[in-house]
Amino acid sequence: MKSALTFPIYLDYSATTPVDPRVAQKMIRFLTEDYGNPASRSHSLGWKAEEAVEEAREHVAALVRCDAKELVWTSGATESINLALKGAAEFYKTKGRHLITVKTEHKATLDTMRELERRGFEVTYLEVKPDGLLDLNQLETALRKDTILVSVMFVNNEIGVIQDIPAIGEMCRKRGILFHVDAAQATGKCDIDLQVLKVDLMSFSAHKTYGPKGIGALFVRRKPRVRLEAQIHGGGHERGFRSGTLATHQIAGMGEAFRLAKLEMADENPRIRAMRDKLLAGMQQMEEVFVNGDLVHRVPHNLNISFNFVEGESLIMAVKDIAVSSGSACTSASLEPSYVLRALGRSDELAHSSIRFTLGRFTTQDEVDYTISHLRSKVERLRELSPLWEMHKEGIDLSTVQWAAH
Amino acid sequence: MAYSDKVLDHYENPRNVGSFDKGDDSVGTGMVGAPACGDVMKLQIKVNKEGIIEDARFKTYGCGSAIASSSLVTEWVKGKKLDEAAGIKNTQIAAELSLPPVKIHCSILAEDAIKAAVEDYKKKHQ
Repeated sequence: MKSALTFPIYLDYSATTPVDPRVAQKMIRFLTEDYGNPASRSHSLGWKAEEAVEEAREHVAALVRCDAKELVWTSGATESINLALKGAAEFYKTKGRHLITVKTEHKATLDTMRELERRGFEVTYLEVKPDGLLDLNQLETALRKDTILVSVMFVNNEIGVIQDIPAIGEMCRKRGILFHVDAAQATGKCDIDLQVLKVDLMSFSAHKTYGPKGIGALFVRRKPRVRLEAQIHGGGHERGFRSGTLATHQIAGMGEAFRLAKLEMADENPRIRAMRDKLLAGMQQMEEVFVNGDLVHRVPHNLNISFNFVEGESLIMAVKDIAVSSGSACTSASLEPSYVLRALGRSDELAHSSIRFTLGRFTTQDEVDYTISHLRSKVERLRELSPLWEMHKEGIDLSTVQWAAH
Repeated sequence: MAYSDKVLDHYENPRNVGSFDKGDDSVGTGMVGAPACGDVMKLQIKVNKEGIIEDARFKTYGCGSAIASSSLVTEWVKGKKLDEAAGIKNTQIAAELSLPPVKIHCSILAEDAIKAAVEDYKKKHQ
């Protein structure tokens, strides 16, 4: 069946997912036929567009169990995070100027926090445990009287670990501290129940869940009411939270994608988990292979593995038939290992030689089988080439070797 | 990162991969680089009684350009006298493989590996 494979094999679903054909189908009508502006109140094209927008809002709300009125459309999770963090910080700055986040957050959060620091806020960046999970005691100690907001991601984009959102929510709510959750990687993978979770703000993206790029949403809780300083002005759309003409086709796509996720996630996740576990078992037949991040508190489609004694860039070159992400950014002269893996305490070498495999709705058993045999032959070949592997096999402890500086 | 055809050829079909016995009197071994920097090269030369390099082997932990640089120099040193081999310049290696500026350090490492191997052989025969 190998001939049926098309290359590259896509195992990078956490970077982005293909748009589900059913979603694409839903979107087309709003480009060529029902192209009205949802803000146009004076004719039927406007009404139709508005109806589509509100229907989509209901679908998104249904997946995460909130009220549709609590959702604000944005251009994606990055904008949602910017609006949540900057909007809350600016609104509540008379209450306090301290915020807390985690070192392994996405850059959308970390860079926004850096900007807030430039504006005079103080930010604490918490460490994680070697399994990638946040130590709740450490969070508890970091909370202060002037802390106004805590931001923690639901699912880490690199290692797929799931943070204890319910517990963190309780901790924050008890003290009247706002809690923002970046849920870009969680929708369709984890059950999200905003009726139960003590979360005040939650950011969503469509394109990680088989919807189109360029659209997202921010959940802003109404009870207890959360207020934000708008970041984009001009027309007062979305109850003033986010001005700008609504992208009806994008919104309809996100709605359909989230509707399908709600319908299918109970069947889809066990199927993907079985393939992920098969991939893991295949990799573990090799020696000196390490899984990055906790395997239990983890989304079913993520596998992040380091291959010891193999250099990261040559590994990526070797697996060019498979579209995956590397823990190493090799484009610059100085190799930058993944800051997430470094935060877990991984050495530079192991961080460099890591690969993130993320499976998804359209991944097949044949693709997983091919990936296992391909990876194994390539890693074995590179190890045959590696003087470090040779030394390891001779029983030399590499940490004791005096390396010639260059 | 786009690699030149020559780099890809050496990466896909590396020449002279392997190891000689380090303890052999006719063998000189050079090991340069460090794992934390992302490259370690081991280059070995086998020298005959006339002081000519008869054969060479390498093993490299590193990117495609590092593998190609070391593979290339195992071909170049063969048939050369020790001092000729030690005279190979990194600029020649970089030019042959069309290395981009960010990969020049791979060619420097290959030059250093030859020098270290020649040095090791000479030490054995002082």
